[in-house]
Amino acid sequence: MKIHEYQAKQIFADYEIPVSDEILCHSVEDVEKAADKLGLPVVVKAQVLAGGRGKAGGVKLAKTKEELVDAANQILGMDIKGYTVEKVLTAKAISFTDEFYVGLTIDRNTKSVVFMASAEGGVEIEEVAKDNPDAIHKFVIDAEIGLMPFQARQIAFKLFDDIKLVRQGADLFEKLYRVFMDTDASLAEINPLVITADGNLMALDGKMNFDDNALFRQAEILEMREPTEDEKTEIEAKEKGLSFIKLDGNIGCMVNGAGLAMATMDIIKIYGGEPANFLDIGGSSNPQKVIDAMNLLLADKNVKAVMINIFGGITRCDDVAKGIISALDQMNINIPIVVRLSGTNAAEGLEILKKTNLVTVASMGEAAEKAIEMASQTV
Amino acid sequence: MSILINSDTRLIVQGITGRDGSFHAQKMKEYGTNVVGGVSPGKGGQKVGDIPVFNTVKDAVAATKANASIIFVPPKFAADAVYEASEAGVELVITITEGLPTLDMVKLMPYLKKNGTKLIGPNCPGLVTPGEALVGILPGSIFKQGNVGLMSRSGTLTYEMVNQLTTNGLGQSTCVGIGGDPVAGLYYEELLEMFQNDPQTEAIVLIGEIGGDAEERAAQYIKEKVTKPVVAFIAGQTAPPGKRMGHAGAIISSGSGTAAEKIKAFEEAGVPVARKPAEIPVLIQERLGK
Repeated sequence: MKIHEYQAKQIFADYEIPVSDEILCHSVEDVEKAADKLGLPVVVKAQVLAGGRGKAGGVKLAKTKEELVDAANQILGMDIKGYTVEKVLTAKAISFTDEFYVGLTIDRNTKSVVFMASAEGGVEIEEVAKDNPDAIHKFVIDAEIGLMPFQARQIAFKLFDDIKLVRQGADLFEKLYRVFMDTDASLAEINPLVITADGNLMALDGKMNFDDNALFRQAEILEMREPTEDEKTEIEAKEKGLSFIKLDGNIGCMVNGAGLAMATMDIIKIYGGEPANFLDIGGSSNPQKVIDAMNLLLADKNVKAVMINIFGGITRCDDVAKGIISALDQMNINIPIVVRLSGTNAAEGLEILKKTNLVTVASMGEAAEKAIEMASQTV
Repeated sequence: MSILINSDTRLIVQGITGRDGSFHAQKMKEYGTNVVGGVSPGKGGQKVGDIPVFNTVKDAVAATKANASIIFVPPKFAADAVYEASEAGVELVITITEGLPTLDMVKLMPYLKKNGTKLIGPNCPGLVTPGEALVGILPGSIFKQGNVGLMSRSGTLTYEMVNQLTTNGLGQSTCVGIGGDPVAGLYYEELLEMFQNDPQTEAIVLIGEIGGDAEERAAQYIKEKVTKPVVAFIAGQTAPPGKRMGHAGAIISSGSGTAAEKIKAFEEAGVPVARKPAEIPVLIQERLGK
């Protein structure tokens, strides 16, 4: 789960990480009022759940009233990577001398939390990682002792020469680590962390992502969630036990298991077809799921044929077959369907499907070929 | 021989009185797995079928000399269940539960290392040594005893691959589902080492998927340490890049986790990559000269 910059910085502020004075605004009037309060110059920043806001023109410095109104007008309503800007953060402009990057994330290979720090702050860190990977210092944190003060100092000494800044930095890094652990984050990033003109550290931007598996114990974080339209469909599907991602092709796929669902998409492409979606019905044996899944598939008007690919484990093929029968009874389906059932209770499932005129095949390769053929014949 | 489990495995089931736990305890027993007990706090003294239930893992181990445990408890309590098994001296813990918080796993790892506990999962289908023991939720009927070792991040795709092997006359030494979570227990490198050292295993199938760089690391390991033939499959060759991981993770692994990069890494390590599941048995037969 992702949150906005202003939300991340509120969390930082709760942990006494210094952030700039700033006010969240929803209209040009709001922005003017905020600037009156903060005093010009200010920075107006688009709040969307996408990166690259600066490059897209979503961050503007305003030194005068005119510039302020222009900036607010331009940014509010702007489209950034498919997100419409509905709110902006008006922040007091801070003069600074240096920019740094610091971030925490989980590393799959060391199975640990890792602290990253770089003197190449203020630019997209992915670029630094690609062009100059040695400029990013990485510190693996021992989960049993956490980020110790000495280790926080080690990191700080990589970035700062002045002992006063090293101490401030080490303190800030320990706080950032606590934020990360307390909120079950998967990413906590400050970019840039700056040395202000008066010689202190401040977080000028903030980014946090959270582990979806831990949201059950993070009520305050969950309250911050603002799902996009696509995510709403995905969340709705998830509530029904389905995992769904819409694609652009014409062959609807219904599969059990994420790996097999991906392999099903792959094989359709290999045989020259285009999948209309990724759909994993998961590992339970509830016929209702098949009906829900069929509804999702057929809501997409591009779908010209449906390929059902089930390898029974926990999922029982006879239950899937029952679900298909109920779906056929309840819905007016005039799109051809090819079914492949293997594994647990496959014979029983195929027996149930004999009553229908559905095409059944023995392997996923055959199913893909048949689905492509049927899709090409459907008008 | 085989790896990790065999007919000497003495298994307990944590969460045995739950719906999934009781169902699969019976299924594993039917397969021939030596299921010696179950754990469910407050239900000690009861039985599930003819399997005795204990209140704690410690009690279960004391009474049954269990050396492996499979966990079916809900995600909130799953990490605690792994600690409990490790503390009681269980050598091998298999966690089926899906949805464990990642930081629970991160905090758990040093404790397991200290106790020498081997973990498989979470969010995995378990493992099978055909003809000897099945520990997990896999459909037992598709496996056949033989010489191919298999490891996979996926569940049902594993069944698909095993089915391809079995119907083409290629039996398996052990098949391990390592699970789909970002932080998990035994992974490719540890399993490759075990298969390399297992006299029964003659060839190895590695089934990966998009995300992370574990496959690239496995390719490097194979190049350096594995002399047995390895063939691979990567799911998600056509997955849209829209569903990308948090970018900081990609920085650490200095790769974007695409199928193309993984396939390239394997091919550079001399590991052929099947484009379709049906090609896996063909590639193995070629490599084994059968």
